Amino acid sequence: MAEPELLVAPNVIEYPFSRTTGPMIGAFMTALREGFIVGCTAADGRVIVPPVEYDPDTAEALTEVVEVGDAGVVASWSWVREPLDGHPLDRPFAFALITLDGADVPMLHAVDTGGDVAAMATGMRVRARWADEREGSILDIACFEPEGAR
Amino acid sequence: MRDIAIISFAQTHHARAIEQENEVEMLQPVVVDAIAKAGITKDRIDFVCSGSADYLAGMAFSFVLTLDAVGPWPPISESHVDMDAAWAVYEAWVKMQMGKADIALIYGYGKSSPGNIRRALTRQLDPYTLQPLWADPVSLAAIQARSALDTGTVTTEAMAEVAARSWRSAQDNPYAQLKGDLAAADVLATEPFVDPLRRHDCAPITDGAAAVVLAAGDVARELCERPAWIRGIDHRIEPHMLGVRDLTTSASTAIAAAKAGVGDGPIDVAELHAPFSHQELILAAALGLGDDTAINPSGGALCANPVMTAGLVRMGEVAQRVIDGTADRGVAHATSGACLQQNLVCVLEGE
Amino acid sequence: MSDIVLPDRLRDVAEPVRRIRTPARLDYVFMAGKATSRFLNAVAEKRLVGQRCPVCRKVYVPPRGVCPTDGVPTEEEIELPHVGTVTSFCVVNVQFYGQVMELPYVSALILLDGTDIPLMHLIQEVPADQVHMGMRVEAVWVPDEELGPTLESIKYFRPNGEPDADYETYKDNV
Repeated sequence: MAEPELLVAPNVIEYPFSRTTGPMIGAFMTALREGFIVGCTAADGRVIVPPVEYDPDTAEALTEVVEVGDAGVVASWSWVREPLDGHPLDRPFAFALITLDGADVPMLHAVDTGGDVAAMATGMRVRARWADEREGSILDIACFEPEGAR
Repeated sequence: MRDIAIISFAQTHHARAIEQENEVEMLQPVVVDAIAKAGITKDRIDFVCSGSADYLAGMAFSFVLTLDAVGPWPPISESHVDMDAAWAVYEAWVKMQMGKADIALIYGYGKSSPGNIRRALTRQLDPYTLQPLWADPVSLAAIQARSALDTGTVTTEAMAEVAARSWRSAQDNPYAQLKGDLAAADVLATEPFVDPLRRHDCAPITDGAAAVVLAAGDVARELCERPAWIRGIDHRIEPHMLGVRDLTTSASTAIAAAKAGVGDGPIDVAELHAPFSHQELILAAALGLGDDTAINPSGGALCANPVMTAGLVRMGEVAQRVIDGTADRGVAHATSGACLQQNLVCVLEGE
Repeated sequence: MSDIVLPDRLRDVAEPVRRIRTPARLDYVFMAGKATSRFLNAVAEKRLVGQRCPVCRKVYVPPRGVCPTDGVPTEEEIELPHVGTVTSFCVVNVQFYGQVMELPYVSALILLDGTDIPLMHLIQEVPADQVHMGMRVEAVWVPDEELGPTLESIKYFRPNGEPDADYETYKDNV
């Protein structure tokens, strides 16, 4: 058989999910909406951010929600030269693991240095830049930025 | 324990985009090839198990459609894992250990070209705190690479050498997507892609499929002159939360390696499913591999990375070398999840 | 879980977050592959083509390129008539998301003459309560200028006036 003219068509899949948070993630989201950050105390005393329902080592239910700072230290990072659709920033930025003040476990978020990779370094201090309108979402933190940037 | 072996292996000529074929059309010749190489007809297959993910091509329940490739009539005994097909081998191995099957067909396929694989794979992350950031696997692996560089676990030069050696090795692999006579200096001369990763440090986007046939005991000996016996197989997973893991080592691989008995004898060849160059270095350390082991002679995932299939290809590549007689004892590794979250280790050996 | 201990600043917050929205969208390019492309390209020419399995000789429409019984490629192309037999059907009486037809309407499995697998399509030009198994139907195409590589090129099937098919002729497809 001769090779057919191959057909292609756009295929868009949308997931309009809404999720129940449970009390632990709910506390995290509520705090974000109010403009601060919380974690939880793990079985071994570490403070984990974002908080988790169960201990990552022992699986026991965790119950103590604690406030941490909205600034901290970059534990590691990558530099995204060409942001993808959906990324928190549309110019070059860093994804970073950030250990917030008072936390022992780093959380992932974006760092905006105005597109300057030279301004990024492991160990640098960064502070949350809060979104103007907050609804209880990880995106209530627009991104982090070098401490003292403004 | 029953003796269970891989007795045949087939794969596609992996490519950036296999556009002329849909998933089942891409898969079917590979399944036929693996069955033919096993010297059997499909009615002798007791169990079929596959690995794939619907998010890749945006085809819901695509594994149901691709069943056409094995002709599931009269009805067959079948299962599917939403993971790399290396885990389908594990399921089949368990089924065979239970005495429920003597011959099993395992296949995996991944067609990443219809979608955006970096965006699609964000859907495997925490839906509350990571999915909304669209934290893609390359960006996360780059964070892991930075941790490994900062702690001195790996060096930029060693990563570049892994990439260059993979490309050079792939020159002997007709199925590889990327290949070439590359030196580490050539890699280091390129611009970063997602710093600290360069493009050569990252697996390509690939369409492809692979299949193996497993057989037990005397059935394997009857069908294959030198079966690749599975002497040990184990898989381990770590927490999904990146912050609580030590990304510079692979604790799950080390445990799986110990359980599978990797250290019980010399390893001629190791095929490691490392979609990023630094991950090969982390894995080799976790597996305790030395200079006497040839790592990724196929070129590995850096030269062809059909998602949900590249781990099975690693098993097939090691098995093929045992079957050929070019290796006596080898280790195959498969990974899944972000930054080597989950790892499977399999020791294959000739008689 | 009521035993969660909250920090002071969260204790008196009105309406704590209990639910979040996480919409996502993924864009793909659907690639039809060889067999489906062949079928739909023929539909655009107002033709129906199936493929025959070289082993069991069954004719599949729409073809997927592989025989689901034998697992072998189906490469022989068969030109098919535009008439067939209703093997089963349902009457749709309820509205659902994305539904465009006027209620009630009939969705049927239609075994085109010379094929071994029924095709799903609509039955019109007959009251829903008169549709029945064995009814002989024919395709009603859209005007030629509206033909395209889609099954919507067939508007629906309608009774063609022939006497009902003998049950024996379609018993393997019910």
